[in-house]
Amino acid sequence: MGVIQKIFYVHVSCAFSAFVAFGTCFYANLRYVFTREPQSDWLGVSAAEVGLAFITVVLVTGPIWAHPVWGIWWTWDARLTLTFVLGLLYLSYLLLRSMVEEPDKRALFSALFGIFAFLDVPLVYFSIRWWRTQHPQPVILGGPGSGLEPRMRVSYLLMWGALTGLLILLLSARYRLEALRASVDELRREADVR
Amino acid sequence: MKNLDSVLAAYLAGWAIFFVYYISVAQRMSTLREEVERLKALLSKGK
Repeated sequence: MGVIQKIFYVHVSCAFSAFVAFGTCFYANLRYVFTREPQSDWLGVSAAEVGLAFITVVLVTGPIWAHPVWGIWWTWDARLTLTFVLGLLYLSYLLLRSMVEEPDKRALFSALFGIFAFLDVPLVYFSIRWWRTQHPQPVILGGPGSGLEPRMRVSYLLMWGALTGLLILLLSARYRLEALRASVDELRREADVR
Repeated sequence: MKNLDSVLAAYLAGWAIFFVYYISVAQRMSTLREEVERLKALLSKGK
């Protein structure tokens, strides 16, 4: 495949990091439904937004790899379509939040929608195992005959480690933003009362 | 090297998306911090 193979490191690492972010969002959404803690809502929206940034990188780098290799930028096969739908689901999650004014209702609606949206993550992951797709077959955790060469494995793990670090940094920054937003709402209510 | 431009484009696009996202978080944070200061000043005046 030549030098174009190097896109694999950013593309696949971002996909796994996006799954981690959406998994965090799913956990936070479930936690909110059972506990109604605002902190779970803050974590949910932060993880959804950061995950959307990562999945956007996946959706941009994939076609850049596909064009020279397949001769086309995009095809509506199961993996690509489900990944595109995943991006749209989390974009809808964020849009839904902006449409509901009342904080408790907004948190509950988005938590329920987030739980539903996460159902697409296993579908994306298993799509290349369940259906014949244009997308390459699994290289990592793909069963017998799959796997990376040792040097590629080191590069991949370094890249994934770096992107996981970036994920944690972005998630903590976004969480602080949401906590600050809650403080602003609190101060506004206090100012309105006086 | 064939397709090196595609590799560069992919990595540049990836980091650009993260950079723009981080800038948007930082801008929103700065706006909210200003709002906190404004509201605190408003509340302390009202005391």
